[in-house]
Amino acid sequence: MTAAFSPGGAPAGPMLQVRDLHVQIATGRGTVRAVDGVSFEVPRGEALGLVGESGSGKSMTLRSILGVLPPTASVTSGQIILDGRDLVPLKQTDLNRIRGPKIAMIFQEPMSALNPVMRVGAQIAEGPMLHQGLSRAKAAERALDLMRRVGIPHPERRMRSYPHEFSGGMRQRVMIAIALACEPEVILCDEPTTALDVTIQDQILRLLARLCRESGVSLVFVTHDLPVVAQICQQVAVMYGGRLAEYGPVRDVLHDPRHPYTLGLVRSAPDFDNVREALIPIPGAPPSLITPPDGCRFHPRCKFAEEDCQVVEPPMKPLPGGRATACLHYERTIESLEAERAGQLDPVDLQVAAEQPDEAAPAAGSAP
Amino acid sequence: MTAPEPAGQTAGSGPLLTASGLSVTFNVGSAFGARIRKENFVLRAVDGIDLEIERGEALAVVGESGSGKSTLARALTGITPVAAGEMIFDGRKLAARRRGRDRRRIQMVFQDPYSSLNPRLTVGSMLSELLRVHKVVPRSEVESFSRELLNLVGLSEEALPAYPRQFSGGQRQRVAIARALALRPDLLIADEPVSALDVSVQATILNLLRDLRAELGLTLMLISHNLAVVRHLCNRVAVMYLGRIVELAPTEELFSNPQHPYTQALLAAIPTLEPGSWDEEPAITGDPPSPLNIPSGCRFRTRCPLAEQICHDQDPELRAGAASAGHRAACHFAFSAAGAAAPAGGAGQD
Repeated sequence: MTAAFSPGGAPAGPMLQVRDLHVQIATGRGTVRAVDGVSFEVPRGEALGLVGESGSGKSMTLRSILGVLPPTASVTSGQIILDGRDLVPLKQTDLNRIRGPKIAMIFQEPMSALNPVMRVGAQIAEGPMLHQGLSRAKAAERALDLMRRVGIPHPERRMRSYPHEFSGGMRQRVMIAIALACEPEVILCDEPTTALDVTIQDQILRLLARLCRESGVSLVFVTHDLPVVAQICQQVAVMYGGRLAEYGPVRDVLHDPRHPYTLGLVRSAPDFDNVREALIPIPGAPPSLITPPDGCRFHPRCKFAEEDCQVVEPPMKPLPGGRATACLHYERTIESLEAERAGQLDPVDLQVAAEQPDEAAPAAGSAP
Repeated sequence: MTAPEPAGQTAGSGPLLTASGLSVTFNVGSAFGARIRKENFVLRAVDGIDLEIERGEALAVVGESGSGKSTLARALTGITPVAAGEMIFDGRKLAARRRGRDRRRIQMVFQDPYSSLNPRLTVGSMLSELLRVHKVVPRSEVESFSRELLNLVGLSEEALPAYPRQFSGGQRQRVAIARALALRPDLLIADEPVSALDVSVQATILNLLRDLRAELGLTLMLISHNLAVVRHLCNRVAVMYLGRIVELAPTEELFSNPQHPYTQALLAAIPTLEPGSWDEEPAITGDPPSPLNIPSGCRFRTRCPLAEQICHDQDPELRAGAASAGHRAACHFAFSAAGAAAPAGGAGQD
């Protein structure tokens, strides 16, 4: 079952383009610039990973694509172009026609995203009945087929179950079946495996990778788990403080970062295949997005920061190999990586690892 | 850094903690309702575990959710009453209701530092209450000792008058660790200490635990589902499945030569920074069975690619291999050609 993506000839251009997106949230303490000028594109049939710490704006970016921002947040400028059409100016009623047949979303916690008082078969069949005008019987048939495709055993029987009767992994499969029901072109995934065990995560990731390959669906995959991104995505966008820090093919970015923040993320996470003597934390805390630091947003935590970093906002600088970095001194990461490969850790790193001066004093009243 | 010395450093030889036949059960719902639904009423979360924790080691307990690893931790700490079995700590049998010293010497750090700290107590009052009640130091030294504890976990003294809400997640976890260390425990049990924290903060807490172990000679038991964390921090690993330990070995031995098919599947499921090939079958299919309904014989057989008739009939015991006494596995085919020949996470079934 391949969806007719673009009638009349070969599809051209990226499936989804986000251009200079700005999202602001109004709070009592001021306006939070949650997403501040983010641009990326997702080619057809490929998966893009959006990674970053909590508060980096990755979930807000994802939610603005689907038009499901919280009531206090809004897209203030920028374009979200799906298959040649800008979604930002659309009204909710117009978006309703796009959600499902064009874009679908898989949430982190399937229990709170599924309707607890509706049988899962009916939840899967709802979309096709609404958007494609299928009869109840035809939609039920589609639901059965979808449940089989996502690997739910005994689908005939399980169709009549309620979400609470399913395990976490099975619930996530139901979510995926719902997302697939109207044959969307883009599926947005918001940490779909964070709540699952590794063994179940492995099954779900394989399923998503297969769907991506077989039905030409494009994925946008939000997570903070770098290994998961390495497994499933072709491209990765690293976000920091509402901006893109680095962008490029996943293998290049994770193995050979060109931004100190990406380098920090890679070095601070314990890697199963590569046990380090000490993990090197990123000192400091993420920036306030009400009053973000001047210049590069990462400079207060960056060990390579120089004077110009405090003043100049670094633009996304294109690099060879389809990559880009928002760092004025990205050469320093290359030096640092080379030193590490030669077996010499940066003395600054060793000091950071030993002292951990990350957060010595309580940040009074800075709770989110 | 003048570190508070753990109390039992010099005492005795032999394992620090020996648990034998340890079982923890929970009653689910009502006995009457269970009879009507023809379901089991008693959930065996921990089902007859024998475990020795050596002095100074860092033991990891890994497994899927529902495998009973947190329940085991809580039973060892004495928070959850045990249904059967006994625990011997530093040569003394632990009573069902622990008192003073026994309570003090095993301390726990919980997963979620947002809910494990009392929101109405300042860090200072939290620590001084503990120190006074357990008479850890003379009253006159309570405050200086509190400062010392905070320094030990990398917090400044300004933290004393602050409430938990004023701290970030990583800082709260440091407070929780300071609270556990206040009683100079010999055994620190950490239940998923970093999984509620942001990635960039996890490293600081892991480094802290590693340094504390080196400085204080603490014995650590780490509950985790993240095998990368385990490899970084621990020297021995116990793999749990449905309330039992199915494999127990030194870390590198376990990861390089896993004997139990479940361990092999767990290892194969870890995502790494190297892009994988998705053409193979998943290492393990299906969900773990409900602990209310544990399969007969080997409890892993319903998901096991190697399962045969013997697995259905006989419950395999945790036994050591001929070559290495420190490596034990509960599988009929472990340490044999059949078990070793199974590629790590190779075969899958449906």
